Amino acid sequence: MKTLIYHIGRYIMLMGRVFAPPEKKRMYYKQTLREIEYLGINSIGIVAIISVFIGAVITIQTAYNTESPLYPRYLIGLAARDVLLLEFSSTIVALILAGKIGSNIASEIGTMRVTEQIDALEIMGVNSASYLIMPKIVAAVFFTPFLTIISIFVGLIGGWIGGVATGVVTSADYLYGIQYAFIPYYITYTLIKAAVFGFLITSVSAYYGYYAYGGSLQVGRSSTKAVVHSSIVILAVNYILTQLLLT
Amino acid sequence: MIKVDNISKSFNGTNVLKNVSVNFEEEKTNLIIGQSGSGKTVLLKCIVGLHEIDQGRVMYDDLEFNKLNFKERKIIQKDIGMVFQGGALFDSSTVEENVKFPLDMFSDMTEEEKFERVNDSLERVNIKNANSLLPAEISGGMKKRVAIARAIVLRPKYLFFDEPISGLDPKTGLLIDRLIKELTEEFKTTTIINTHDMNSVMEIGDKVVFIHEGTKRWEGSRHEILDSEDPELNNFVFATNLAKEVRDLRSGYSKSED
Repeated sequence: MKTLIYHIGRYIMLMGRVFAPPEKKRMYYKQTLREIEYLGINSIGIVAIISVFIGAVITIQTAYNTESPLYPRYLIGLAARDVLLLEFSSTIVALILAGKIGSNIASEIGTMRVTEQIDALEIMGVNSASYLIMPKIVAAVFFTPFLTIISIFVGLIGGWIGGVATGVVTSADYLYGIQYAFIPYYITYTLIKAAVFGFLITSVSAYYGYYAYGGSLQVGRSSTKAVVHSSIVILAVNYILTQLLLT
Repeated sequence: MIKVDNISKSFNGTNVLKNVSVNFEEEKTNLIIGQSGSGKTVLLKCIVGLHEIDQGRVMYDDLEFNKLNFKERKIIQKDIGMVFQGGALFDSSTVEENVKFPLDMFSDMTEEEKFERVNDSLERVNIKNANSLLPAEISGGMKKRVAIARAIVLRPKYLFFDEPISGLDPKTGLLIDRLIKELTEEFKTTTIINTHDMNSVMEIGDKVVFIHEGTKRWEGSRHEILDSEDPELNNFVFATNLAKEVRDLRSGYSKSED
């Protein structure tokens, strides 16, 4: 418990330094664009691949679990849409990103720490926490909702292809189902979650990288801790946000 | 002028520095020497503000550096250039971007002026045709020289070096030592170097401070060091067979003169 409070306190203090006014806005802007490419654009591929298969699997599993003639077949499309919209494309994609970009951030910043690159920034008078972490957070908060939208679309397409190809649902039923009883607020809900998860992935991972010490072994451990802890935080915050936004 | 006054630093209850006081000579090369683990790197990091001291004062001219906050320290930090043991070049940036970084961050120069200054600094440390290479693509000696170029690009008043020739062959080490001496004279910087290399001491040490077990044991010039009667300093200075032979030759020479 004492350790947990220590880490939360140190994390909050680090965030205080991260959101201090930048020394030179132009440099931060350039860094942010670079991070959008590294963290965001480079993640589109993995998000699309996972979403298309998960969309297909959700459709097929829903079909096999609702074989009763009492259920209209278009409910398969509706179920696939709501699963993707409410949970998969925000939370599960966030967990995937925690593994991909979380470990990347922790190892990058951790290596900079143990090779004294962060010390070099500090001696120059640069707020290293802000310069290294803020662009990553801004990039992730801005880009994770885009990845979520991409995931929803690709997942729905995957469900359509998977469902029709296996013959568990007709194209017309699926397309009718994904439009049936649509609640636009779900989009707002999922995008809010995605932005919050983007912040958590980058800030928690950066925290573990920033306070890494020792050598490559410790950087590896920091990277593992970053993935594990950001995943736990995502799941806990997912519960809180669902409670706050959907009830 | 840089002056440390009675500074102490401990980590987890272990006293690493104990009441160290030194006046570093202005516009000269000042060397901090000592065995590994003696506390010389901690002393250097306390002077530049990477470690907060437990007690004492670190003075840059009339400013008490350790009492300044992050914003106030920037006034002094813009006059500081530091070269780390491993170079600490930014891995994802090219040689040119590394050297240009302080200018991008702290100068109002035009892009043209910045490139001119970068090329001038790289030329000064004898780096040619390497602007677009990444740190991983250059040798250890080149990394050190690029790090020196980055440290001097803002033309600082104070230069710090942490083990500048460690990991280099003797010839390259000598070149780096001479380069440091030349830059100190050319830019009139107060240079503080942390080293355990006696070749560096004899080559460029205007002032030498010997740290032993966290305390200042001896200080003087490189000419005085060989005649010191401090047993710990002698153990350090004459640790190698080569140094012992030099000592014996000197004493033989002076005996024959007598």
